[in-house]
Amino acid sequence: MYYRKYRVIIPFLLPALILYSVFVLYPYARAFYISLTSWRGTSANMPFVGFDNYRKLLDEQRFIDALTRNAQLLVVLPLFTIGIALLFASLFTQGGKGKGVKGASFYRITFFFPQVMSAVIVGILFTYVYSPNNGLLNGVLRAVGLDSLTRAWLGNPQTILWAIAAVAIWSSVGFYMVIFIASMQSIPTTFYEAAVLDGAGKWKQFKDITLPLMWETIRTSLIYIAIAALDMFTLVQVMTGGGSSGASRKAEVAAVYMYSEAFTKSRWGSASAVGVILLILTLILSVVIMRVTRRETYEF
Amino acid sequence: MSVNTIPALTPDADPIDAGGNHGRLEVVSSETTGDRILGVFTQLLLVFWAVLVIFPFVWMIFTSLKTNSEILFSPWDLPASPNWVNFSNAWNNAHIGRYVMNSLIVIAMSLTGTLLVSAMAAYVIARFEFPGNKVIFYVFMAGLMFPVFLGLVPLYFLMGDLGIKDTYHGLALVYIAYSLPFTIFFLVGFFKTLPGEVAEAAIVDGANQYQVFFQIMLPMAKPGLIAMGIFNFLGQWNQYLLPLVLMQDESKRVLSQGLGMLAIQQGYQNDYGALFAAMTITMVPTLVVYIIFQKRLESGLTAGALKG
Repeated sequence: MYYRKYRVIIPFLLPALILYSVFVLYPYARAFYISLTSWRGTSANMPFVGFDNYRKLLDEQRFIDALTRNAQLLVVLPLFTIGIALLFASLFTQGGKGKGVKGASFYRITFFFPQVMSAVIVGILFTYVYSPNNGLLNGVLRAVGLDSLTRAWLGNPQTILWAIAAVAIWSSVGFYMVIFIASMQSIPTTFYEAAVLDGAGKWKQFKDITLPLMWETIRTSLIYIAIAALDMFTLVQVMTGGGSSGASRKAEVAAVYMYSEAFTKSRWGSASAVGVILLILTLILSVVIMRVTRRETYEF
Repeated sequence: MSVNTIPALTPDADPIDAGGNHGRLEVVSSETTGDRILGVFTQLLLVFWAVLVIFPFVWMIFTSLKTNSEILFSPWDLPASPNWVNFSNAWNNAHIGRYVMNSLIVIAMSLTGTLLVSAMAAYVIARFEFPGNKVIFYVFMAGLMFPVFLGLVPLYFLMGDLGIKDTYHGLALVYIAYSLPFTIFFLVGFFKTLPGEVAEAAIVDGANQYQVFFQIMLPMAKPGLIAMGIFNFLGQWNQYLLPLVLMQDESKRVLSQGLGMLAIQQGYQNDYGALFAAMTITMVPTLVVYIIFQKRLESGLTAGALKG
């Protein structure tokens, strides 16, 4: 039996283990080593320079600026995405299961849709939505008489990052809404019935029943969004036209900076160091979020 | 008692409480007006967001049917007559047709591979006891936390060293590898919920473990495999970063990547109609898959997120 068991286990596990080790684990491990060298990719020898790449990066204003933008996104994206998604989810599940809004399934399908769309399409589409002369946004603003608000959203250093952040929020609200709805619907309706009998209003029900009982889901979502805020590569790359001149530079995030270090400047050591820094930040953030949001968990 | 009975809780229907808890009764009756206001507010908000989501896509489709001068000078009007030539321009001159084929070739390999390799690994992890079982599972799970950017530079050189940079099967292998963590995570959970009696009975009847897996467990896991098939189809169809780095041969670009390049070039060539047609062509498969499989996709994704 023992021998028979391993005749299944080994061949079934091997393909996954080999692919994962070769294309995921090995590159991750090697990135740490490359980040300690000044390798330019042309020669076989990789001069070891210790933490030089990291030191240079932390002195590089352009990198610090890029990281600062990630930090700003880390505040803005979770706040708005979770806020709006919670609002919609509670509208759909008011007072517990079953009491839906008219057309609920239509709205769910619609709101979720941007999440499944390619970020490239979304990015290109919004480049034209934001276009100064014939874009949708300025057109709407002119139509309702708010001409003073119109501007070149992606050409203005003050608005470019937030215009891109708005797109990120727009496309992920539906996804978190669906997750929150599922979480809210798993709360037994008897809790709400008891609360109504005790005279609790809608807000009190939300604050004292819904929120504590779906806390685990909100924590998980926070980590997902934090990881997304540290990435943002595709949207920023596409919506700045891949360039980093003029206003576009004002939306450069760490991932875009890394891409240009690697694939336009061939500074492989420095680029790998950015990757390591992003990993460390991801891990620290996850731990911090788990710590800060720790509450008593309720079993039901 | 279901929630639907709550609004019927009027003073005379509630004899138990006759001994004066008037505050509560007022709250209950005033809630009907409150509910109505909330209802109107709710509907307005939902319609607003639905318009916000749908309008840009509708605008995109209409724009894809306009001539260049219509796009530039009357962005708000409907196309005078559908300018279908945009689509043939996008398909032929802008090479979208080739990019679609490239994407289909890569995904045919990577999707089959992802499902087969993940299902085999997940089945063993979920249903067999062996030393290192847990460790292997957590090593795969660690992949969910690590940013792709970390491995990007070594991966680029590794593909060159292996001689599979700029090849369809090379990109497909990388897609499979990066799809494993979530797919295995999901399928392990799925295989654990399947009953074991049928498999045991089959073994008693003399079936070997391979027959048990391919003829019994795999068909039983079909709903989970479909959910992961859709999830990975969308993820791999939309993938941008990996092909951008690993498929630099222009004739082998996949769809999202080609579209991104096209958007940058279009700034110089000024054929906006073709660009919008290319976006519409890219969107259609996603839209179709999404509408057909929306329920399964939703349950698959929420299952992952809620457990995660």
